[in-house]
Formats: sequence, C-alpha cells, structure tokens
Amino acid sequence: MSPENSQAGSGGAQPILELKGLTKRFGGLTAVNEVSFTVTEGGISGLIGPNGAGKTTVFNLITGVYRVSSGDILFRGRSIANQEPFRIADAGVTRTFQNIRLFKNLSVLDNVLTACHTSARYGLFEAFFRLPIFAREEKALREKAMELLGIMGLAERADIISNNLPYGLQRRLEITRALALDPKLLLLDEPAAGMNPDETIQLMNLIAEIRRKFKLSVLVIEHHMDLIMGICEHIHVLNFGCTLADGQPELVANDPKVVEAYLGAEETE
Amino acid sequence: MEYILGIFELSAINLVAVLGLSILTGFTGLFSFGHAGFMAIGAYLSAILTKNFHLPFVVGILAAGLAAGLVSLLLGRLTLKLKGDYFCIATMGFGEAVRLVFSNWTYVNGARGMASIPKYDDLSLAIPFVTALVAVVVSWNLVNSRQGRNMVAVREEELAAQMAGIDVLRSKMTALVVSAILAGIAGALMANFIGFIAPKTFNMTKSTELTIIVIFGGLGSISGSVVGAFILTALPEVFRAFSDWRLVFYGLAVIVIMVGRPQGLLGGMELTPSGFRKSMAARRARAEFARLKAEGGGAA
Repeated sequence: MSPENSQAGSGGAQPILELKGLTKRFGGLTAVNEVSFTVTEGGISGLIGPNGAGKTTVFNLITGVYRVSSGDILFRGRSIANQEPFRIADAGVTRTFQNIRLFKNLSVLDNVLTACHTSARYGLFEAFFRLPIFAREEKALREKAMELLGIMGLAERADIISNNLPYGLQRRLEITRALALDPKLLLLDEPAAGMNPDETIQLMNLIAEIRRKFKLSVLVIEHHMDLIMGICEHIHVLNFGCTLADGQPELVANDPKVVEAYLGAEETE
Repeated sequence: MEYILGIFELSAINLVAVLGLSILTGFTGLFSFGHAGFMAIGAYLSAILTKNFHLPFVVGILAAGLAAGLVSLLLGRLTLKLKGDYFCIATMGFGEAVRLVFSNWTYVNGARGMASIPKYDDLSLAIPFVTALVAVVVSWNLVNSRQGRNMVAVREEELAAQMAGIDVLRSKMTALVVSAILAGIAGALMANFIGFIAPKTFNMTKSTELTIIVIFGGLGSISGSVVGAFILTALPEVFRAFSDWRLVFYGLAVIVIMVGRPQGLLGGMELTPSGFRKSMAARRARAEFARLKAEGGGAA
C-alpha cells in the first residue's frame, strides 16, 4: 500500500477507539443499535450510511453529547462512555460539526486561541493581576495558534471575523480549532458537505497531511464516496442504526447489502 | 461642585456593579435580573460592620465582596444548569427573595431601612474611584485571559465550547461569582457613600438598571460598560430640569439609542488603539465580503 499506511502501521495496529455494543435509545426509538467497531491508531476510518442511519448520533455518543443507553466506548483502552464532553475533549478526542459551529463573532485567531486554552497553566488569580506567568503563557498560546494557522494556510486571515470567511475556509478553520487541543483522535462530520469535486480532493489531501503531521487517527462521516474510497483504510456502514458492513473499502463497496441500502434491492426493480 | 462630585461618585459605584454584570451578560451571555440582590447583601453587611461594629470601610468592602461571592456560589449550584431564560427568571426570584429577607429582618430595621451609616468624607471619598479603577483593570485582565475567552466561547456556541474542552459550567460559575463579588462591593460602596439604605433601594428596578447600562454600553465591551455607567448615571440628573418627566426622557433616550444602535454604544469592541484598528479591519473585511458577494451574484 502507500507509504503513509506503512508509517501508520509502525505505531502498531492497536485500536485507539473501540465501540462495544454501543446502543442509544430515544424513548421507543433505537437510533444506534449494538454497534461495534474499532479505529486503529494512526488510521483513517470512514463511517457511512444513508441519511438517518445514526452516524452523527455515534459521534455525539463518542464525544459525550448524548448519554450511552448501553454498551461501552474505549479510548486508548479506557472507558469514556458518559463522561463530561469537555473531559473527553481533554483526553484527546475532538470533532467538527456537520453544520459548522464556529465562534462566529470572533476572529479566526481567537477561535483557535480559545481552543488552545488547555495548554496554558495559569489560573484565575494570575489572570486577574497579570502576573509574569500570565504574559509568558499567553505569548506561548499565541505562537501556537499562529503556527497552527500557518500550517493550515489561514495565517493571513488571522484577524478576519470567522463568520466572514468563505464557506470552505470556515470548514478548514473548524478543523484547525479541533487540532488546537492536540487531539489523538479527530472526528470529522461530513467535512466535504457542500464542496465541489475540486475542493473535495483538496480536503482529502489535507486530511491525509494532517494525519501525518499531527500523528493522529481520523474517523470521518462522509457522503462523498470518492473521498471515503480515496482515503479510508477501513469503513463501517450503518443502516437504521445497525451495522450493515465493516471492512476494507473495496470489500464494503462490493457488498450486496451495502449496494442495496444505497441503491435499492435488485429484485424489486 | 459637590453635586457634580456626587454624580461621579455614584457613577463609579454603579460602574463596579455594571462591570460584574458586563462579564456575566456581555461576555458569558447569561442575563440576570437579580444582581441588586447581591448589592443588597454587600450593602447591609458593610452597613452593619461599619455602623454596629465600628470597623473600617475597607473591612466592610472586603466582607461584602466575600459574602456576595459565597451566596452566588450557592445560587450558581442551584441554577446554572438551567438554560437561558430559566436562569434569568431564577435570578429574578433570587433578587426579590433577598429584598424580602431584609424587609422582614428587624435587626436592620426591616422596610424602614438603616440610617446614619458612617459616610465617606474627605480622603475616603476617593475609595469608590480607587475601587472602580481596580475593578476596571481586573475585569479587563479577566476578559483578555484564557478564562475570559472560554466565557466568550460559551456565549457564542455552547456545544462547540464543550468540544473545545471547555468546562461550560465552570466558566459560567466563574462569571457569576466574579459578577456577584463586584455587585456586593458596589453595594458596600453605596451604603457608605449615601449613609442610608432600605430594601427598596435594591428592588428589581435597580437590577434592571444595571442590565440596561450593560446593554446600552454594548455587550462584550468593558469600555462600553464604563462609558454606559457614566452616561446613564448622569442622564437622570441632566434631565432634572424636567422634574417629574425626567425618567420618561431617560427611557426615551435609552430607546432612541438602542433603536439607532442595537449592538449598544461599543458592542463587541474596545476603546483602545488596537481595538480601533481591529474594528476598522472588520469593517473593511465586511465591505470586501459584500463586494465579492455582489460580484459573484452578478456573474451568476
């Protein structure tokens, strides 16, 4: 396979994220039913399925937005199920949203700077009175934020209010903000939504580059099959909250059940 | 001359309370209509300590801030999990409850209020100004720290803030406690400046007045709160010539400004050289954006 894969393999094929029989019920509706899969360390995995299959619900369960009804979520071997969302983020799982959720009225720099906060060591008292440690740490934060913006090609736009960025760059900024927490696992919820084929290819390259540069694992929800087939080493397919298929892209794409879920059964034609 | 000084004193005292509310409402996005309750706690405590126990003003001020802060910690534990409007209503209930407690407490003369509280004179008249100055510096430092940015993130987009590793509840709690401490201190300053306090001094109109000043000055702007506190404290005095009509003019003036400038006088920007540069840059970016949009629309 490609050199990137072999490099990712050198970290060992241990799972960084394991879902075990994950179930979420909203009243009588089972949105996610006994879903189990793993994301390998350093890998890029895809989560696909028709609309309403429960993909975003899985993200919300992993990040602690929803409480798990039953089953478990292990991150680096430790359970993170039902923990406070900010603790999960702190532990190294960050995400982006299907409908972009930036801090709209803040500048590009401030969006990233805000997310850098966990690397600062000063407390409230030091902040109130601007003790020397405050200045030192703030300077380090700003440098880190600017460096990230530089890597992501947003440095010249640091002072622009994020709401005024073009759509594609808003998505990019959201990813940058997620990276500011030094995550080990990045969850991307339809990052290519609304993008044209050109932008989608750019995004694909960006995701691969991020994975390499920041040495992290990626789980991506996407409808653009080109993107999924192009970068994912592993795909998990959901339909009506249940696992439909799981495995390497080529195998999944030719699975009759997957084809049926996406295109309808052959017999009924 | 003394009259003018008095207006400035009152403005400085209001400013201390307004700064706290600015942090809570303007930067963290939590509306409160009960901060007069925290002022009442501070005012009565300082009045009791300086009048009945003959302690120095400074002790009254520090105790007032501490007590209001502790009470807010309890209030926050009970109410900060409530979303938006419900928190606002809870604070309203809190403010009224505090007022009624003091109305029915005979030790502090109930509804008749406490009179002949030791007053600031000569040198100690500087106390409100010094306190206001310290409050401005501390508030400014807070909103420009990582804790302050977390508060703004909570205001902007709570879910995204959580995903950015921000303990939303803790950020809200910090904002509430800081705002309560400042309100308590403002209450103490008021008690020892005027020399007389009654429960009705701290009714909901007072809470509303503080919130109006914050919104008028502009949400998310410390300098806006400073300007707002001085203008809106002085405004009723300027209109004193209209006697009974002055509060009507006050109300009209606020309406006119809010209609003309809904974001408040200095909403989201600061009166500093870099703040000015930023707002000019933002204005240019908006114009550019509009131009690109218009061109894009024309091409399509």
